[in-house]
Amino acid sequence: MMKTDVVVIGAGAVGCAIARELSKYDVDVIVVDKRDDVGGDASKSNSAIIHTGYDAAPGTLESQLVVAANPMYDQLTKELDIPFKRIGAVLPAFTDEQFEQLPAIKEKAFKNHVYDVEYLSKEEILAKEPELNPEVKGGLYIPRESLIDPFILVQALAENANENGVDFMLNTEVTGINVENGAIKSVETTSGTIETTYVVNAAALHCDDIAAMVGKADYKVVARRGQFYILDKNTSCKVQTIVLPIPTKITKGKLMCPTIHGNMLVGPTAEDLDDKVDTSVTTEGLNSIYADVSKMIPNVNLRDTITQYSGLRPNRNPEGLHVDVYDDLAGYVNLSGVRSTGLTLCVAMGKYVVEKLKEIGMNVSLKDDFKATRKGIPIFHEMSREEQENIIKEDPLYGTIVCRCETITEGEIMRAIHRPLGARTVDAVKRRVRAGMGRCQGGFCGPKVIEILARELNVPTEQINKNLDGSYMVVGKNK
Amino acid sequence: MYNFECDVAIVGGGPAGLSAAVAAKKEGAKKVLIIERDESIGGILQQCIHPGFGLSYFKEELTGPEYAGRFAKEAVELGVEFLLNSMVLEVNENENTVICVNSEHGMTEVKAKSIILAMGCRERTRANIMIPGARPAGVYTAGSAQRLVNRQNQMVGKKVVILGSGDIGMIMARRMTLEGAEVLAVIELMDYLAGLTRNKVQCLDDFGIPLYLSHTITKIDGYQRVKGVYFAQVDENKKPIKETEKYIECDTLLLSVGLLPENELTRKAGIEMNPITNGPKVNQYMQTSAESVFACGNVVHVNDLVDNVSTESMKAGKFAAQYAMGTLPMATKKVENVSGENVRYLCPHSLSVAEENEKVTLYFRVLHPELNATIRVKSGDEIIATKKRQRVNPGEMENITFDTSLVKDNNVVVEVVKEA
Amino acid sequence: MKKEIICTVCPMGCHILVEGEGENIISVTGNTCKRGEVYASAEFCHPVRILTTTVKTDCEKTPLVAVRSEKPLPKEKIMDCMEVIRKVEVKTPVSMYDVVVENICGTGTNIVATGNV
Repeated sequence: MMKTDVVVIGAGAVGCAIARELSKYDVDVIVVDKRDDVGGDASKSNSAIIHTGYDAAPGTLESQLVVAANPMYDQLTKELDIPFKRIGAVLPAFTDEQFEQLPAIKEKAFKNHVYDVEYLSKEEILAKEPELNPEVKGGLYIPRESLIDPFILVQALAENANENGVDFMLNTEVTGINVENGAIKSVETTSGTIETTYVVNAAALHCDDIAAMVGKADYKVVARRGQFYILDKNTSCKVQTIVLPIPTKITKGKLMCPTIHGNMLVGPTAEDLDDKVDTSVTTEGLNSIYADVSKMIPNVNLRDTITQYSGLRPNRNPEGLHVDVYDDLAGYVNLSGVRSTGLTLCVAMGKYVVEKLKEIGMNVSLKDDFKATRKGIPIFHEMSREEQENIIKEDPLYGTIVCRCETITEGEIMRAIHRPLGARTVDAVKRRVRAGMGRCQGGFCGPKVIEILARELNVPTEQINKNLDGSYMVVGKNK
Repeated sequence: MYNFECDVAIVGGGPAGLSAAVAAKKEGAKKVLIIERDESIGGILQQCIHPGFGLSYFKEELTGPEYAGRFAKEAVELGVEFLLNSMVLEVNENENTVICVNSEHGMTEVKAKSIILAMGCRERTRANIMIPGARPAGVYTAGSAQRLVNRQNQMVGKKVVILGSGDIGMIMARRMTLEGAEVLAVIELMDYLAGLTRNKVQCLDDFGIPLYLSHTITKIDGYQRVKGVYFAQVDENKKPIKETEKYIECDTLLLSVGLLPENELTRKAGIEMNPITNGPKVNQYMQTSAESVFACGNVVHVNDLVDNVSTESMKAGKFAAQYAMGTLPMATKKVENVSGENVRYLCPHSLSVAEENEKVTLYFRVLHPELNATIRVKSGDEIIATKKRQRVNPGEMENITFDTSLVKDNNVVVEVVKEA
Repeated sequence: MKKEIICTVCPMGCHILVEGEGENIISVTGNTCKRGEVYASAEFCHPVRILTTTVKTDCEKTPLVAVRSEKPLPKEKIMDCMEVIRKVEVKTPVSMYDVVVENICGTGTNIVATGNV
């Protein structure tokens, strides 16, 4: 039987941030996730924004963690080599009613200890964001709203945790949790039983199912689907900042912003689903995005889309971010209500959960050999010609372009496969080095990536999946 | 940086690049270089193993590899040089250089007197046409599937539905059937076939594969691998009619929903583009807005026959060679070619009219099918050329030829009208 | 017997009605040119198709070579021919127009390579 000190369930942003935080201490940790790759569900399909928390409900745990997390990203993204950019957000007001809401929004930000929100006049906001509907009356500027590569964020946290001793069990589903004398005993998984003292439930969308295993499901998780468009880097209408709508009582609304890689992202919808798997895109959903966003940015050109996707945000009912420990269940920490702000607050949550674990008796001390840094895969198309020349000399595979749209080399794909927690699927390669992320969506490089994965993992091509088990790409050799 | 000098540098070793190279050599260019990203020349024709090529150019029916092979052989015999496995990263029209990369030489700078863009095209994707539904494995563009099946020996699926009645889609319907898969339907949004009639007869009818015109896919089903598709008839606004929705169980969806010229390099070089073709604007010499840069083949506009690509590319090769040698005719005036009634676009987009008369051929597509049509070229108030066609159809490229000496105005208008 | 044949000679795509029995053609109607009549008659009596497919090679890097029938084959034999071709493996090197299968299924037509490996 496998034995550890802490089992973290869920390898999304929060699970991986907790794992990385724990890896600073002399404690054994295993992260389990039913997916093929770290990155979870919600963590890989969101708007890729690091929020400030200006609009959180003041005084809540969510407010506390988001506000604390935002400033951590400057150092974290340097340490872990994560693409990150503080580009700022604008909140334009188009009607008198919206304009009158601005002071309240600014005041709420103040209550959340976000002190740097500024008013913008009509001229100022149009100067920052020329594509806004010229009827704009003015708005707010939130300078520290930022862009991140959400895939790399989670990978970097996971890889760094892994390098510091955390084990990851992927393609592993938790099937039960054993409790003995009011304390956690072990976790049953599809890959075997893990004996453990502590369990952290960071299963997001499925955290209620996990909680039910220990009789602590006093809430339900409803999947709230958000559909998005990604637009071509060459699209005719681009925004310079994160353009956020003024929220209504019903919804936070749909935004438009650049991605860290220069595409445009438009969305999301917010639809509550009956199940937790339906990541479809729908005609109605996509049409509603245009209807809403074109009011703010009239020239938005959704015909320039290179992909559409949807993500499921775990929406807690009743609402609210919770980190619960229980007097009658020693060793168990339950996270629930981690929603779209989870991507931002994950790093603060890591620290918070470790403190919780200490409170409930985890006796640990800091390791002296913790390695705080991680180096990403060298990106060919971001290098100077001279650097390109040098890296090809070192590794000739950097001279072979596999993905034409994003100019991704075989050298980068090889590194994506052969690094800690390396890619095993086509989508995992895509999320590490962007092969297939461009305008042809893997039409040219897909067949090649399948071959490289099969060759490097030494398995037949029919065993190469797009992502989950059963998502095979080809049925096998033809003759 | 590895350096290479030549008279004419050609980006792309597919049918366009090969034809251009042959013509440039024949015109007298000394050093002609093809830069090709694949490990072998021939481009997409290498995977187009079916027949139907060369009927107009060679007057015999060839397969894709044979067609490419003939030009490749000629190019090799004429002394055309090749840089294989080499991806062009940048075309710099001011300095007349092309920057490319390969494993062997690393970063490479090619200096040329003229440059021909012949990058071809890519397929429209699921995202381009926004098919709703899940995003499982098993959704392929027809061309990707063709590469996997015909070159990599990988079978993509067993039960196949094809969206789009383009030629590649129909050809893949036959190909998959021959290799033992079951092709359950070809679904076409329009009320007419997108590809050639012969392909419907020989690829669908021969194998009893049903074609659904005026239908579309309304939803993809399956979270890991495709489990099936919902499809429905569309109304006159191309909106699905909910009551007609049906379900087909399948494991694979192939898309043959159009091609897009691949012009990332062209755009990056700041060359003027035509928004309808998504290709560079060219004159009758296939010369772009950057005078040392020429373009030909599917990078300019998507052709239905490779024979047309060769004819057009031979022009590009010939005139790029003349440019390199300083013998390209000097223009006395520039004439815009304007699309008139029932003409979607014209190629070339402009004429560079010189002192001496030239015969020029304009290629174009109609907007909608028409019977008993007359193609007319007007300059000012005068009709300077006409041509009768029993049938015109958006899937098949039309052309008309006239003398530049007849052009009186600063533009010519091409129109397709129904005979009274 | 009557059979409607869509002509593939030119883009017109005429729907030609052929009436006849076996080799014996009684009437051809619906064509708009002579070539259409010739095509439809041949298609009625002896429909033939060029068969193109691939054959496995013994080369790992290039696992397939494209092949074709030198001449059109009787349409009804296409699937039988595929069965034969499916089992063939060629030794490299193989060059354009090398014979891969001689006299396939007794049709008198060879299957030849259309590529070089």
